[in-house]
Amino acid sequence: MDAKIFFKEIYEHQEKGASNLKSFQQKNWDAFSELGLPAIKHEEWKYTKVKNLFKDGLIYDQQASAINKDDLSNFILPGTEKANHVFFINGIYQAGLTLVADSADYLVIKTLEAASGDEDSAFVDAYLGGSYGYNSDGINALNASFSSGGAFIKVKKGAALTHPVVIHHIADTQVGLRFSQPRILISIESLSQATIIETYNRIGTNESLTNEVIEICVEKEANLRYIKIQNEGADSNHTGTTHIRQLAKAVTHAVTITLSGSVVRNNLNMVMDGEFGESHMFGLYLLDGKTQADNHTIVDNAMPNCFSNELYKGIMDGSSSGIFNGKIFVRKDAQKTNAYQTNKNILMSENSSANTKPQLEIFADDVKCSHGCTIGKLDDDALFYLRARGISEQNAKALLLHAFSADILQQIEIEPLREYIDGLISDRLTLSI
Amino acid sequence: MLKIENLHARIEEKEILKGINLNIKPGEIHAIMGPNGSGKSTLASVLAGRTDYEVTGGSVSFMGKDLLELSPEDRSREGLFLAFQYPVEIPGVSTTNFIKSAVNEKRKYLGQEPLDAVQFLKTMKEKMKLVEIDQSLLSRSLNEGFSGGEKKRNEIFQMAMLNPKLAILDETDSGLDIDALRIVANGVNQLRNKDNAFLIVTHYQRLLDYIVPDFVHVLYNGRIVKSGTKELAFELEEKGYDFIKAEVNEATA
Repeated sequence: MDAKIFFKEIYEHQEKGASNLKSFQQKNWDAFSELGLPAIKHEEWKYTKVKNLFKDGLIYDQQASAINKDDLSNFILPGTEKANHVFFINGIYQAGLTLVADSADYLVIKTLEAASGDEDSAFVDAYLGGSYGYNSDGINALNASFSSGGAFIKVKKGAALTHPVVIHHIADTQVGLRFSQPRILISIESLSQATIIETYNRIGTNESLTNEVIEICVEKEANLRYIKIQNEGADSNHTGTTHIRQLAKAVTHAVTITLSGSVVRNNLNMVMDGEFGESHMFGLYLLDGKTQADNHTIVDNAMPNCFSNELYKGIMDGSSSGIFNGKIFVRKDAQKTNAYQTNKNILMSENSSANTKPQLEIFADDVKCSHGCTIGKLDDDALFYLRARGISEQNAKALLLHAFSADILQQIEIEPLREYIDGLISDRLTLSI
Repeated sequence: MLKIENLHARIEEKEILKGINLNIKPGEIHAIMGPNGSGKSTLASVLAGRTDYEVTGGSVSFMGKDLLELSPEDRSREGLFLAFQYPVEIPGVSTTNFIKSAVNEKRKYLGQEPLDAVQFLKTMKEKMKLVEIDQSLLSRSLNEGFSGGEKKRNEIFQMAMLNPKLAILDETDSGLDIDALRIVANGVNQLRNKDNAFLIVTHYQRLLDYIVPDFVHVLYNGRIVKSGTKELAFELEEKGYDFIKAEVNEATA
């Protein structure tokens, strides 16, 4: 399809009356009109043919389908039965479905439009669209052009949330290929503490395409745990950007788990914008069939004395492919930066592939940075050792792969959730790999 | 129990075993000695089913079955055990879980019910005492960061848990101090009975001070060139392998 023409029609007809986001949307629409969708000649999109995901017949109406409330309970993950639940249906935030478990003194959840016109408007003005500076491409601009269905979440100063905030993305594909564009802006105010979980589900059996942008500011001495779980099914496509800006002494811990999908692209940006910030980034992609998972991470050390550590692991079977691109910038003033990065891949089949690219750009002279990547197959000696003790070849492989992924899974602190994902992985390892 | 006839094996293009004949009966302890590079460890690996080696001739029957037709896991389940010369470190796999999987896969193969948690722990405690191995070692990742002696004790512990009919100890004594050697030997001696057998592959005689073999064979250049009783081991210790090499070279000259 010609995306520029297709979306122009929709853009011109969207309701823009009272929206305080109007100028933001217009600015991004102008950018999209110029850039269009990223082509593979775009270095950042070398492996992900995003244009191919925009097929004829794609449905984008910015209307949420009516979904039975009872059906939503099917999407609750173990360990999150009591949580702050936020629902997006077809990319549109559903204020009426929000369930808040923590006190309203601690946690605010509202539409992005409301936030852009009330006491939070200064924050919105300052931080909305911050990711575009790092992902200045048409796909980011396209999301921003249609951001009026977005949500705003605020964890108030000094609040330690008792329950996680679970953001559910549900695509209704019953009538065809559904395109969704969730937009989320989050403020984790100073000295507060929160866990945010994102999960993706689909109703119906047609393809889905989700183009998401979530921007989070972790303010001074605040603590964020962020978990993104992708297990939407084989026909789901995803291009998502998680943009996290950290102020002084903030601590962020992010885990990205990709278990299924057709084409999955995750951008994770960590902007270390205050001294003594700390960032931990973990990823596990367990792929089979024709799944392609493309993880692009950026750690931008803008201020001195920050620490970041990154460990991404991939297991590829069938004709799947895993891509990892890890950038670390250390700006001129960011002395005493410690930044570490590791990516490990195991190929289980002839037709699977892995591409890994560390990219360090260091402009300060007193830093410690390291990176390492491996692509290999399972260790034959270890496999033989297990088999020589009577463990079947299949179980031996499963044991080794499970062990390989264990240090990522351990990063999920909510035990029932960890066990649930562990179970999904165990099932997969025994059945398909 | 084990009958090896005219076994030939090679790795890539290099022929290493050039016609091995060996017969082991229940209740016996056999020692295979020989200089470095004679094929001792190759023999152990071929019997356990390592695929790096290609068997080019001969036959091996184990408990009446064609051993060479069986997968490594089935060989183990049928009662063959190899104590590795270099046990592999496997991060992330707990020793206890690994042994539980091994024990229960064998039981399943033999048509037995799996051990429940209580039975398993009870058996484990018994066997731990036997090889003087500490619980803390078993809750760690398999062999990860273990000392040489701890790895070898872990091998003997696994042997005790799996209760094999034939255990092959591939240079289990190498790198062990005398205390560890005694513990390992003690474990073997307590496990031996009239129904099982041991094949001890070693370069030195010193393990045989603690585990007394019924038969000693000398492997040289891919063949068993001399067999005898434990006295042969003493003779080798005293004279070194050179006299064997000289005898063989004389015979073939």
